[in-house]
Amino acid sequence: MTAAPVEASSSETSAGAFDPDRPHRLSTSVSVRPESFGALVYDFHTRRLSFLKTKPLVRVVQALEHHDDVHGALDEAGVTESDRDQYLRALAGLAQAGTITPR
Amino acid sequence: MKLVEHFTHGLTSPICLTWELTYACNLSCVHCLSSSGRRDPNELSTDEAKAVIDELQRMQVFYVNIGGGEPTVRSDFWELLDYAIAHDVGVKFSTNGVKLDKARAQQLAKTDYVDVQISLDGATAEVNDHVRGPGSYDTAIRAMENLYDAGFGQFKISVVVTRQNVDQLDDFKAIADRYGAQLRITRLRPSGRGADTWDELHPTQPQQKQLYDWLVARGEDVLTGDSFFHLSAYGQELPGLNLCGAGRVVCLIDPVGDVYACPFAIHDQFLAGNVRSEGGFRTVWQESELFGELRGPQSGGACTKCSHYDACQGGCMAAKFFTGLPLDGPDPECVLGNGETALAKLEMETVIPKPSLDHSHRTSPRADDGPVPLTLSVRRPDKACDSDPLAGEGRRLPAAVRVN
Repeated sequence: MTAAPVEASSSETSAGAFDPDRPHRLSTSVSVRPESFGALVYDFHTRRLSFLKTKPLVRVVQALEHHDDVHGALDEAGVTESDRDQYLRALAGLAQAGTITPR
Repeated sequence: MKLVEHFTHGLTSPICLTWELTYACNLSCVHCLSSSGRRDPNELSTDEAKAVIDELQRMQVFYVNIGGGEPTVRSDFWELLDYAIAHDVGVKFSTNGVKLDKARAQQLAKTDYVDVQISLDGATAEVNDHVRGPGSYDTAIRAMENLYDAGFGQFKISVVVTRQNVDQLDDFKAIADRYGAQLRITRLRPSGRGADTWDELHPTQPQQKQLYDWLVARGEDVLTGDSFFHLSAYGQELPGLNLCGAGRVVCLIDPVGDVYACPFAIHDQFLAGNVRSEGGFRTVWQESELFGELRGPQSGGACTKCSHYDACQGGCMAAKFFTGLPLDGPDPECVLGNGETALAKLEMETVIPKPSLDHSHRTSPRADDGPVPLTLSVRRPDKACDSDPLAGEGRRLPAAVRVN
């Protein structure tokens, strides 16, 4: 998988804000629409539309609420060790955008 | 596959759905894309419109762009607005501002998930009213003042770029800044009544470059609805999808429930179905033959040999269609001038398609507010009770047409 799993650029992500050891969930104002490539994500609060560019990332995002940390959700979605950093960066971007939040 | 390639094959639901609620409009803008004016007697009822909203909620269409005609002249407009928002369908509606008095502005300011877009086609009354009609500038500005005073927040000012207003882009930006609004500029299409006025209104070739330069230099927080992707052939790709979204990520539901590939393509050739048919909007969107074709491989014709084809993708389907150019030919506003050449080569007998529908007002509003020029008879009728309208004028209608 060479494509970045999330559309939003992660260049502005501040690493400190997102802690994958904490439990997270999808924000309540966010709705996820499955598509062939992954999913569309719409935040009714910010009116921002973004894209989850892989299906595993969609599974991760939806699994977050069932796990005590982000790593558990990555395991459930079957994200391999080699892809893990890339997914953590994508999730940090989603946290920054408010798509996912700590719980 | 790149994300944008997925888009060309279509999505399970549209991203950008325009829903025109009525063909009725208080204005008669000379470039109206839907030839609006008079209400169509077959327009969706309140219940039918709510059923469409239910369907959009099930399909997770997160927001719709509501327009018209002038949507706010529908008596159930505010009811439908609340219904959509309550069913997870956010609304952005386009209006000329005629109904946005102080009370409505305050009501809107209290409503979440609603966005308002005020149409303005000139930064001065002179330029605006030439296209949108007398008094329309003042109406729009008053609506902006009301939204601003009510603390609505960032509404949008929507400008169709024309030959007459392309020099006013900075002025539009200043108006937007004054009211805390965001500027949105879009491309004029030869659709609806725009077909009749396109020659006079569409930006000249040098103006297109001027527009492109402005977008590159100042367009960062200006919305464009991705409508200027044909200008990307000047060099730098403009922000956005840079592809024709018709039937792929975009479509139109018109006031009678007909589903077209794009708001600028109200013509039988681009009609995919009707929301009243069995299976409703979902079936039209997912299964119509027309949309299937639009999501398949497209022929770019001679344009595919052009080094700029990747940038402009052959331009706008509706702009080609309503100027009589083939769909695999160049855009009429091709920045290399190929469109102008193709237009010049059109044979005299080329039939330029007309929009399939015309709801234009049958009469034009009068240009001034002066007294109605009636000639009243100063002579007495022959008989005090004579009801003939020409009584006393010295001549009578033939007996055969007289109503007794």
